[in-house]
Amino acid sequence: MADLIATPAVTGLPLTIGRAVLAAFDPGPVTAIAPYPGRDLSAVLQFPAPGQVITDGARRLIWAGRETAFLTGGPAPDLGGLAAVTDQSDGWVWVTLEGRDATAVLARLCPLDLRASTFPVGTSAKSVLQHLSVLLVRTAEDAFQIAAFRSMAGTLVHDLSGAMKAVAARAAL
Amino acid sequence: MNQSHRIPGKGLLIDRARPVRFSFDGKGYEGFAGDTLASALLASGTRLMGRSFKYHRPRGVMTAGSEEPSALMEIHEGAQQTPNVRATVQEIYEGLDARSQNHLGPLAFDLLAVNDWMAPFLSAGFYYKTFMWPRAFWEKLYEPAIRRAAGLGSLSGRHDEAVYEKAFAHCDLLVIGAGPAGLMAALVAARAGVDVILADEDVRMGGRLLADQPEVGGQAGPDWAASVVAELASLQNVRLMTRTTVTGAYDDGTFGALERVSLHRAPGEAPRECFWRIVAKRAILAAGALERPIAHPDNDRPGVMLASGLTGQLAKWGVNPGRVVIFSNNESGLAAARSLTAQGIEIAAYVDPRPIPVTEDFPVYAGAEVVGTRGRLGLKDVAVRHKGGISMIEARTLALAGGWNPTLHLTCHLNTRPQWDENIAAFVPKAGAVPGLSVAGAARGRFSTAACLADGAAVAGEVLADLGLRAPDVPVPGAEDAPYGIAPLWAVDAGGRAWLDFANDVTTKDVKLAAQEGFRSVEHMKRYTTQGMAPDQGKSSNVAALAVLADATGQGIPETGTTTYRPPFIPVSIAAMGAGGRAEGFAPRRLLTSDARSRAMGAPMIEAGLWYRPSYFPRDGETDWRTACDREVRQVREDVGVADVSTLGKIDVQGADAARFLDFVYTNTMSTLAPGKVRYGLMLREDGFVLDDGTCARLGPEHFLVTTTTAAAGLVMRHMDFVHQAFCGSWDVRMSSVTESWAQFCIAGPKAGALLEALEVEAELPFMGCAPVTVGGVQGRLFRISFSGEQGYEIAVPTRYGAALFDRLVEAAHAQDGCAYGMEALNVLRVEKGFITHAEIHGRVTADDVGLGKMVSAKKDCIGKAASLRPGLTEAGREQLVGLMPVNQGEVLSAGAHLYNERDRATREHNQGYVTSVAPSPTLGCWLGLGFLKDGRARHGQVIRLDDGLRGRKVLVEVCDPVFFDAEGGRMRG
Repeated sequence: MADLIATPAVTGLPLTIGRAVLAAFDPGPVTAIAPYPGRDLSAVLQFPAPGQVITDGARRLIWAGRETAFLTGGPAPDLGGLAAVTDQSDGWVWVTLEGRDATAVLARLCPLDLRASTFPVGTSAKSVLQHLSVLLVRTAEDAFQIAAFRSMAGTLVHDLSGAMKAVAARAAL
Repeated sequence: MNQSHRIPGKGLLIDRARPVRFSFDGKGYEGFAGDTLASALLASGTRLMGRSFKYHRPRGVMTAGSEEPSALMEIHEGAQQTPNVRATVQEIYEGLDARSQNHLGPLAFDLLAVNDWMAPFLSAGFYYKTFMWPRAFWEKLYEPAIRRAAGLGSLSGRHDEAVYEKAFAHCDLLVIGAGPAGLMAALVAARAGVDVILADEDVRMGGRLLADQPEVGGQAGPDWAASVVAELASLQNVRLMTRTTVTGAYDDGTFGALERVSLHRAPGEAPRECFWRIVAKRAILAAGALERPIAHPDNDRPGVMLASGLTGQLAKWGVNPGRVVIFSNNESGLAAARSLTAQGIEIAAYVDPRPIPVTEDFPVYAGAEVVGTRGRLGLKDVAVRHKGGISMIEARTLALAGGWNPTLHLTCHLNTRPQWDENIAAFVPKAGAVPGLSVAGAARGRFSTAACLADGAAVAGEVLADLGLRAPDVPVPGAEDAPYGIAPLWAVDAGGRAWLDFANDVTTKDVKLAAQEGFRSVEHMKRYTTQGMAPDQGKSSNVAALAVLADATGQGIPETGTTTYRPPFIPVSIAAMGAGGRAEGFAPRRLLTSDARSRAMGAPMIEAGLWYRPSYFPRDGETDWRTACDREVRQVREDVGVADVSTLGKIDVQGADAARFLDFVYTNTMSTLAPGKVRYGLMLREDGFVLDDGTCARLGPEHFLVTTTTAAAGLVMRHMDFVHQAFCGSWDVRMSSVTESWAQFCIAGPKAGALLEALEVEAELPFMGCAPVTVGGVQGRLFRISFSGEQGYEIAVPTRYGAALFDRLVEAAHAQDGCAYGMEALNVLRVEKGFITHAEIHGRVTADDVGLGKMVSAKKDCIGKAASLRPGLTEAGREQLVGLMPVNQGEVLSAGAHLYNERDRATREHNQGYVTSVAPSPTLGCWLGLGFLKDGRARHGQVIRLDDGLRGRKVLVEVCDPVFFDAEGGRMRG
């Protein structure tokens, strides 16, 4: 029985500023899966192509970089010898950014082409958010999940909330 | 001030129902919402707005747009001030505080105007020739004095704490400029369904359609523009960006743009400006053309404007120019005269050097020139030289219409030069100058409204075809298609000073002098005279200046060429480009799970890379770092200390070939490591120098955990990834960074085992062993390693439990008479033990230099091994790691100092080495140093001199083994 108390990765959320909401998000267990060169995982799971997010009930396989996918929302499968499997549950802070101005807020910090034609719902991307390296998942036209290194959670909120304030103030002009 | 010079019923952009009060030089004024500073002041009858750069001549407004060279002002907002703001761009808001700049005493009686009387001496090159001697005077006397006299507005010297923004946008087609060509292009593309961004630097879209108000398709120009804008605004695939100037063209369809988001309001929450990076598949430059003045004597007085400036100020803001003389060499000036007359403005004279027929409703001087003006603080008379002699004509405004220069700047940003077009006496852009950028309308020399409309539609059609789309059938509305009819006239030959560059006070004489003194190339002329180097970048003066130069050198204009057009097109504030980067935004902050507790314990935090780490944990009565640090070191040596070491990089390495791969990246062998064991390892770069050191733990047969130094965590990850991809991509090995996944704490000291027992952690582990453990019910990892030389453990738990575990460790340490210790103590402990950090492995040392040559295995290859065997890296005389102790125990050592033989002078050729780390050792009772010394290992026992030239410190030190304490290592193994 764990008697050490877990600390949340991020505090001070949710924040609603203008037409955007920034909230903490718990993806459940996160497992990095990196197939060894040339391995076919299809007998066990469907490995996502770059930018692909595969949803299977509560479980998701999110493309998370070169030859890497994050499995969230379920335990790590047995991939014995086919892929390296690393627990990443504690390495990342996850937040959601939602609302009519979510895309406008992201466009202040992230150089990606966020038009739905190039970054559609149900896809992921590795990019930068101001100075932070992040994993982005688009879950709806105006909703994104953002994962950044856990130690930089404060900076993530600082940068996102700053952009939210600026977008809201601009809309109020 | 009342708005005495406002024409009733005129002014497209002003809202007469909303008066706005502002101040200029402390005096109250009233304008209307929608006014610019320039239009509001002009409407109040104020023409004098500033002093010129060099001669401090009175200056007014010349234009109605961003190209303004003369009316530059300071805007004050509380303690903040923004210099060199163009009055023609700055919109007024309630309480706006504008001040004229570049004068000593009141604006109307500037003491520095004495420079104007000295003008014969202040010609181009004056400073270069005059202030050469004595040399020492330049920095102390001449430069400060010149900077004070010449120059522009001043900064507050404070941080600009206003909100600025950067943003990204993407589109299929970026249309730059929303005049007739830009609007047509955007309309055609928008109806084809592509994503369009239409950017225009004015508040309202329409360009010259607003200022000249030609009829378009039977509608008034502004109405037609408004109807097109309304349609565009209704479309999902169109983004309209007003107050946005595209400032630069960059690679791969990227454009910079500056948006004035809230500069038209009092400072508040909204960003002042936004710097956009727009990435477009294709772009159409429809930026129109800029009118150029004609250089004639005293053409710089307040009241002398460009004709386009005058018509713009009148149409958009209802400014009454009073009696007007127009000096024009082309049909657009004549059209302006007719239009002004029709609007009830008195044209006192229309002066044209061309032999045009005299059939107008106003006095026309054909074959004539303006040869001078009068009026100290504002134009009173214009001297016109005509067939019958010279007439003085009373006028309040003189409008110059010297022809038009296509606004082609962006097409030159990737280093293409424009071409001279004799027919319009102007440079036009070269096709294909910027990949993906097409040019339409006046920006490529098609000046009539009809030509612009048609060209905009045609170019959009070409772009759509290029994108594989069919252009929709959009009829081009009819409009005026008057000929241009220009007869080039750059400068009037009438003696006196005739201004080319109003912003930097450059006259035709200066350009001629440059040519005479050998600065005949246009680039040399520019630098010699400073023509085109003011904030306006010579927008209205470059072409005329090089025409005058061409005349002076006897070359043609095309042979003379232009200077280089560089971004940005308009001045861009650094605050906008660096938006978000001020103060905390400068770099991410990486916080440890122990951060809050450490701060609560009073620990000053220091930056280690992006991490914040506790420096020391002061206790009551400890007023300086040394006292706390000495105590922490003693407690670790005598009892126990705990420290957060989570910042060390952790890389999870898995795979059937993991062991083989690690043998390849480490100099020593890892494949022989038994599961449950840890080994110290060294990595080299490909060039044979040390990359990093750290530990490698074998968690399972095909599972390793590599630790790196804090600073090199990213570097090592990248290095290993590179080695895998480049040299052994087929091997079964994968790396994953788990630095952030684990919170890891060091427990060091004779009571380390006891502390773990108190936490009910199974501590029975041999030195350099590792094992899974349970702590507080959480699965963690325990490593028996030491960076302090004491019995040491590192315990790791998933990051979410880090804060709780640190709390528990600190309480347990206190219970054992121990403490939490910070970076200072950590450093002292490791220096006492001679353990290296990146102070020592700084990128220029080999494994042998740091005394670890034996770690480069002879039995196998590794990255960097071959290069490490190069003669220069193995021969005698290299600097080797040594320990340094002061001969007189009380003396202080300093890092960065150099080492010399005792009697040698401290000069380069005598240099024997340098000091990399120092620490005050409470254990040995003196300062200790680590450093590199030529053949150092053979010189233990020698006395040499440590010489710190920076601090003036000279200390005799004895060279010794770098391990000062417990050389046998009994304490950490024990």
